[in-house]
Amino acid sequence: MSELYPVALTVNGQARQAEVEARVTLLDFLRDELGLTGTHAGCEHGVCGCCSVMLDGQPARACLLLAVQVAGQAVTTVEGLGDPDGGLSVLQDAFWEAHGLQCGYCTPGMLIAAQALLSENTDPDDEAIRDAIGGNLCRCTGYGQIVEAIRLAAARLRQAQDGVPS
Amino acid sequence: MTVAEEPTNRFRRIGHKQRVKEDGRFVRGQGRFVADLDLPEMLHVALLSSPHARARILSHDDAEARKLDGVVEVLWGDELAAASNPLANAMETPGIRCFSLAAGEVRYVGEWVAAVVATSRRVAEDAVELLEVDYAAEEPVLDPEAALLPDSAPVHAGHGSNLIYRRTFTWGPVDEDFARAGQSLSFNVVWGRSATVPLETFGVVARWHEADGLLDVWASIQMPSFAEQIAAALGLSVSDVRAHYDIDVGGSYGVKRGIKHTVLAGFLARKLKRPVRLIEDRLENLAGGDAHGPDRRFQVSVAYDAEGIVHAMRLRALEDIGGHTGRAPFQLGKPVSAIVGPYRIKSVEYEAICVSTNKTGQTAVRGFGQAPTNVVIESAMDKVARALGLDRFEIRRRNFIRAEEFPYRIPSGSLYDSGDYHAVLRKAEALADLPALLARRDDLRAEGLLAGVGLATCLEPGGGNSSFEPLFNPKNSTTTWPESCRIVVARDGTVTAMIATPTAGQGHETLAATVIAEELDMAVEDIRVVHSDTLSGLPGNTPVASRMAIMLGGAATGAARLIRERALLIAAHQFNTTPDRLALRDGIVVNPDEPAQQLSWQEIAFIAHRYYHLMPPGAEPGLQASYVWEVPLGGTLPTADGRVQMYPCYSFAAHIVLATIDPDTGLVRLPAYAIAHDCGTVINPDIVKGMVLGGAAHGIGAALYEHFNYDAEGQLLAGSFADYLLPSAHEVPEIVLAEHCTPSPLTSHGQKGVGEGGYLAAPAAVTNAVNDALAARGKELLTLPMRPVDIEALLYDDEETTA
Repeated sequence: MSELYPVALTVNGQARQAEVEARVTLLDFLRDELGLTGTHAGCEHGVCGCCSVMLDGQPARACLLLAVQVAGQAVTTVEGLGDPDGGLSVLQDAFWEAHGLQCGYCTPGMLIAAQALLSENTDPDDEAIRDAIGGNLCRCTGYGQIVEAIRLAAARLRQAQDGVPS
Repeated sequence: MTVAEEPTNRFRRIGHKQRVKEDGRFVRGQGRFVADLDLPEMLHVALLSSPHARARILSHDDAEARKLDGVVEVLWGDELAAASNPLANAMETPGIRCFSLAAGEVRYVGEWVAAVVATSRRVAEDAVELLEVDYAAEEPVLDPEAALLPDSAPVHAGHGSNLIYRRTFTWGPVDEDFARAGQSLSFNVVWGRSATVPLETFGVVARWHEADGLLDVWASIQMPSFAEQIAAALGLSVSDVRAHYDIDVGGSYGVKRGIKHTVLAGFLARKLKRPVRLIEDRLENLAGGDAHGPDRRFQVSVAYDAEGIVHAMRLRALEDIGGHTGRAPFQLGKPVSAIVGPYRIKSVEYEAICVSTNKTGQTAVRGFGQAPTNVVIESAMDKVARALGLDRFEIRRRNFIRAEEFPYRIPSGSLYDSGDYHAVLRKAEALADLPALLARRDDLRAEGLLAGVGLATCLEPGGGNSSFEPLFNPKNSTTTWPESCRIVVARDGTVTAMIATPTAGQGHETLAATVIAEELDMAVEDIRVVHSDTLSGLPGNTPVASRMAIMLGGAATGAARLIRERALLIAAHQFNTTPDRLALRDGIVVNPDEPAQQLSWQEIAFIAHRYYHLMPPGAEPGLQASYVWEVPLGGTLPTADGRVQMYPCYSFAAHIVLATIDPDTGLVRLPAYAIAHDCGTVINPDIVKGMVLGGAAHGIGAALYEHFNYDAEGQLLAGSFADYLLPSAHEVPEIVLAEHCTPSPLTSHGQKGVGEGGYLAAPAAVTNAVNDALAARGKELLTLPMRPVDIEALLYDDEETTA
């Protein structure tokens, strides 16, 4: 019944395309059309951050964007954070090491928010960390171990940059 | 930051830093949540919800909706009610008949009225817009006290009144103790309706196999007797329902109990012969999911003497359970298991009342009704201290049960297993640097802010059996909730454990692997843990009631010890000795008497599977074991006067928090927060820490922000996350932790529960901190949540009324 529109974009470094209705959100596009189920629906009204993805390098709510809006842009989801060979990124490994999660439902969005921070600042103080994840709700952890995980990732990134132990 | 003494750890795996097994898939975005399932030919459900708090359904029409391309079915409540059995009620209330969809009348805003099934959720939602219903709106019942009055129209006409449960328990000589104590005070507390509200809504996929007569269910579930309830509602045998527990649950904290969702999806899958998926959207979840938590009003009196010793307590608790009954009344039951908190209160009168109203239905929430009661007990301690001019820390020390008094039986029948409350409070005071914290409070006051320090010292009953059911419903005589584990050692020596419960963030795979690794002296990473389905698995009752460390820990330990015993028997047979002579270390069985005699774990497993000629005569081939563990101290019914042991283990925590209140806006901030706690032996330090911090954050939400409020017409005013406010990283402060350990004598390694404790103490601590601040202005607020608008009104109402 509804007209279909071709959507071509780059997802996790790969060119992807599909034909969808204009009303399909980027969240549903990623999950249903591309099978990338790491990005989660939490509230579908832009508050909780479970659906956060990177859009041209900036964190964005996939539930508030239509797929047709982002044609031609580059999207990074949680599936694209690690090494192409399957290894974990420094940030993902730090979340595991510090147990910066429990049920795992907010984790993909939380990783995106933290990655956005660390891409610009590898020496954030706790206030900067809490600001960066302030738009991402977590119901399990009380945020303490998430903050620890981001601190740990930042320290390891600095260590790698400087080549000296932090 | 964690300030923890390094206690002597006698274990090689338990209590040591160990990465949580489950986390590996979640940081990759490879969780297996129910919404990630995509079955061939799967259909999608969207729901029509009631716009009225109370109305009769005069007629409905789906002709236009059915014309929409992609719509497969429209189901109304009358058809479902005619073809299925009512959902289970906790009480003997045959006149209350609730179904997944409203039949004939609606009882709250958001109640599901019709289900549209279509080839996509989008088409299903379009079709919902085309459904037509004629309602005759009626005056809703909203005030729980008014609902009790004889002229109040029953929410369930068949039940005849709104009273669902009422009983007054009297444990000990309350009247005499009030007279003896000499002094008393009375007050009211209101715990506002809130819930745990996981970020993943409830979801279910159901598939009916016609040839096998089998219903497969994948659901975001944490619910004892899940398959049994689905079967009962759909008129199936329990063996006709296969609920799969290998689904990751995106948070539960008690509420993931989608019975009505699963009955609906199962009914549709069976009718349509295609897989059916129902994933709530956020509004369906908040308004119609029947997942609200306690909504309770208390009237309290406590009797105390001049020394501040509290002798007795009278408590009336009125619970507003909303328009569906379910298990909600039982949430007045758990408080019975710790009705005196950590104190030597000698007698208690407890009137427990449940009432129906035209609001969303309730379900179990973290702590199962204990958190509101803890606010009452801890407020009472503060008020008595204030009345006598006593220090709030000192009054608790005077009233605490002494370390040497354990095991200690409280008036309502529970035996507390172990504890040292004075030691934990000392650690909390040291951690918080109490003198400096009080000085900081006073400095803030001098700057013109309202500031207060709050203390709460609360228990966490853990490891529950089901004895609250017979306590509240005499026709129910269930007394146990066992947990189980099966271990299979493959012929190459690799170990797989099967557990009969899903996981919702508590790390059950890590828990089971750690205790098995401890018993078999293996690496935790080398133990694979899988989740059964309800037909292949052994009995299990899910993580409810802080059960898993205690119950799954006990079951996995039991199975591992059987495996070890059998392996040593096989080795002893090869060495021509007895098993008690042998040692198992790092995967090798050694005969210390003959050090050359060694067998690797793999060699023993291969013998067990393939070399029957080398097995002890008559031995069972293979290397496997099952163990089902009974709840310690379980298996007894309540006494006639309502004394009962529901929980074997009692964890304890002391929370100390600094609160500031902006006098202009009423906004509360919590700049310092310290917790000392004792959950017995810690199995995984990271998991325990996360449980405590997350529980506390959740309690902060209940105390300050989260509220399912209704207007005078019964409209829910919190149907989105813009209105129902979950605390973010800005609202939850950094919380510092200290640990203490009094091992439980009842569990496999001394562990107790820890999943609920943070939530059981934080609301009380924050309430006391806010009231320490308000007391400076001569004010008091014991209605939760204490939102800025409420505090502002309290601070300035006098001025407005006098102006």
